[in-house]
Amino acid sequence: MSVLVYTESEEGKFKKTAFEVASYAKGVADMMGTTVTAVSFNAKDTSELAQYGVNKVLKIDNDKLSKFNAEAYADALKQATEKEGAKVVVLGQTANDKYLAPLLAVHLGAGYASNVVELPANTDPLQVKRTAFTNKAFSITQISTDVKIVGLSKNAFGLKENPVELSEEEFSPSLASEDFKVNVVSVDKAADKVTIADAEIVVSGGRGLKGPENWGMIEDLAETLGAATACSKPVSDMGWRPHSEHVGQTGKPVAANLYIAVGISGAIQHLAGINASKTKVVINNDPEAPFFKAAEYGVVGDAFEIVPKLTEKLKEFKANNA
Amino acid sequence: MKILVCISHVPDTTSKINFSEGDTKFDTNGVQFVINPNDEFGLTRAMWFKEKQGATVDVVNVGGPETEPTLRKALAIGADTAIRVDTPATDGIYVAKQLAKVVQDGNYDLVIAGRESIDYNGGMVPGMIAALIGANFVNTCINLEVEGNEATVIREIDGGKETLKASLPLVIGGQKGIVQESDLRIPNMRGIMQARKKPLNVIQPVETNPETEAVKFEKPAPKGNIKMIDSDNLDELINLLHNEAKVI
Ligand SMILES: Cc1cc2nc3c(=O)[nH]c(=O)nc-3n(C[C@H](O)[C@H](O)[C@H](O)COP(=O)(O)OP(=O)(O)OC[C@H]3O[C@@H](n4cnc5c(N)ncnc54)[C@H](O)[C@@H]3O)c2cc1C
Ligand SMILES: Nc1ncnc2c1ncn2[C@@H]1O[C@H](COP(=O)(O)O)[C@@H](O)[C@H]1O
Repeated sequence: MSVLVYTESEEGKFKKTAFEVASYAKGVADMMGTTVTAVSFNAKDTSELAQYGVNKVLKIDNDKLSKFNAEAYADALKQATEKEGAKVVVLGQTANDKYLAPLLAVHLGAGYASNVVELPANTDPLQVKRTAFTNKAFSITQISTDVKIVGLSKNAFGLKENPVELSEEEFSPSLASEDFKVNVVSVDKAADKVTIADAEIVVSGGRGLKGPENWGMIEDLAETLGAATACSKPVSDMGWRPHSEHVGQTGKPVAANLYIAVGISGAIQHLAGINASKTKVVINNDPEAPFFKAAEYGVVGDAFEIVPKLTEKLKEFKANNA
Repeated sequence: MKILVCISHVPDTTSKINFSEGDTKFDTNGVQFVINPNDEFGLTRAMWFKEKQGATVDVVNVGGPETEPTLRKALAIGADTAIRVDTPATDGIYVAKQLAKVVQDGNYDLVIAGRESIDYNGGMVPGMIAALIGANFVNTCINLEVEGNEATVIREIDGGKETLKASLPLVIGGQKGIVQESDLRIPNMRGIMQARKKPLNVIQPVETNPETEAVKFEKPAPKGNIKMIDSDNLDELINLLHNEAKVI
C-alpha cells in the first residue's frame, strides 16, 4: 500500500530530483497514513534517501539498465508497483520521467497527472493541482483509477528533510526482449556545463544583446552564479545560440529559483515558459518593457554596462560569503 | 510508408486564458485556434517524407466540429486526408485510445505527435498510443530519418542529445528541431483551394472512459509589485537576492 517513488540517478548517483520527489512522496504518504518505497536503478549508495522520508528502497542492480531505457524502466517500475501494492506512484518531470510515465500509465492502467505543483488537496479521491495552458493557468485534476501516477514539476515542492530508518531490498524485475527494442547508439552531452533542466539559476539573453559576439558577458555572469545559460526564441532562430537554449512556450520550460532576463522584452510566449521560476530579475533599457510587470526585481539600463558590473559585484559577494 | 500526424487544436500562443461556468470550462470566446506548434513541426517533417520518399500523410484530430478549420489548414500545408474522431478530447488516455484505434485500422507505419500540447500540457498522448498498440516510442524527438523499416531518431535529453535506433511501427513525440522554424510552411492559395476538395472523414469514437478530470481551473495569483533597483546600486540587488529572495 506504500507510495512508490522513482528516484532517478546518473552514473550511480542520485539526481537532485530524486530527493525532491522523495520529499513529496513522504508528504503524500503522511496524508494517506502509509510509508514510502523508492525504486533505484544502479544507484551505488541509497542511504541518503533516508533523509527525505524513504522507508524502504527496492534496489535494482542490472547492467542492462545502466543506460536509461524508457520501456525497460517502465516495465521494472510496473513490477515494483505491483509487488508493493502501491496505489500512488510519484515521479519527476525530467526528460526521462516524461518519456517513461505515459508507458507506465498504460501498463498499470493508472491515471497520470503531469506537471503537478503541490501536495494533493485530498487523497480520496486524489486531487492534484497541475499547470495547464503552459503556466497561464492551473487545473485541479482528479484521478479516478485505482493506481495513480503523479508527475511532480521541478522545484515545485523543494527538498524536505524527514529522517527515517531506511531498509534496502534487492529487486530483480524480469525483463523481456520487447523492453529493449529502442536502443541508444550514441550520447552527446556536455559534461561540464550546467543544464537548464538541472539549474537552480538561469541567465537568459534576448535580442537586446545585438549579436552572438556579445554573449561572453552572459556566460561570465552565469559562471559566477553556477547558472545555466538560456535565450529567447528569435535568438535561437537567428542562430546566435543553439536551439537547446531556447526557452518559452515553444521551447524549454524553466522552473528555476532565479531567472535573470537580459535584453528580453517579455512577450507572452516567453513569459509562459519561464513563469514557474520563483524569482525573476529583469535587466532592460526600456522601462516600458512588458517583462517588468512579470518580475520581482528590475533594473532599467544598458545591459552592456550593467551585466559586467553585476558580475564583478557578485564575484566580490561570493568571495566574502564563501 | 504510411504516416499519421496527430494534430491538437489549441489556442494561439498569444491568447489570454479565461474560464467560464464557475471556472470549470475553458472560455473559447474570442480565442483564435491553431495547430499545436509541436505538431506543426511534425507535420512539416512528414511533408518531407512525402516529397522525398513518397510517403502518404494523413492527419487526425480527436474533437468536435470546431476543430475542422485546423484540420483544413493541415490539408492546405499538404496532408492527403484528414480524419476527425467526433468526440470531445476528455483526457490524455481517452484521446490516446481513440488515436490508437485509428492507427491500427489504418495500418500506419509512423505516427508523429507532439511532445506536448500547449493547452493541456499532458505530455502523454504519444507515449500512451505506443504502449496501447505495442509500437516503439521515442519522445522529445529533434531529428528523424527513416530507411526502409528502420528509423534513426535524435532525442533531446536534459543537457544534450542522444541518437537512437528503432524499427517501425514507431510513434514520435516531436518538437522544434525535427524541422527548423524556417522550414515551416504558410499555406498558399493553391494549397488552400486543394484542401477544400481533400477528404475530411468524420468517424465515431470508441467507447472508453477517461481516467482524469479537470474539476476546476485557477489563474495564477496577480503578481506583487516589482522592486526597481537603480543601475548605480547593484549592491542592493545582490542584497535583496541574498536576504529577501534567498536565491543566491
Ligand atoms: C507561435 C509563437 C511561439 C513563440 N514561442 C516563443 C518562445 O517559446 N520563447 C520566446 O522567447 N519567444 C517565443 N515567441 C516569440 C515572442 O513573441 C517574442 O517575439 C520574443 O520572445 C522576443 O524576443 P526578445 O525579447 O529577445 O526580443 P525583442 O522583443 O526584440 O526584445 C528585445 C529587448 O531588449 C531590450 N534591449 C535592447 N537593447 C538593450 C540594451 N542595450 N540593454 C538592455 N536591454 C536592451 C529592448 O528594450 C527589448 O525589450 C513565440 C512567438 C510565436 C508567434
Ligand atoms: N485531441 C487530440 N487530437 C489529436 N491529437 C492529439 C490530441 N490531443 C493531443 N494530441 C497529440 O498528442 C500530443 C501531446 O498532447 P498532450 O499529451 O495533450 O500534451 C499533441 O502534440 C498531439 O500531437
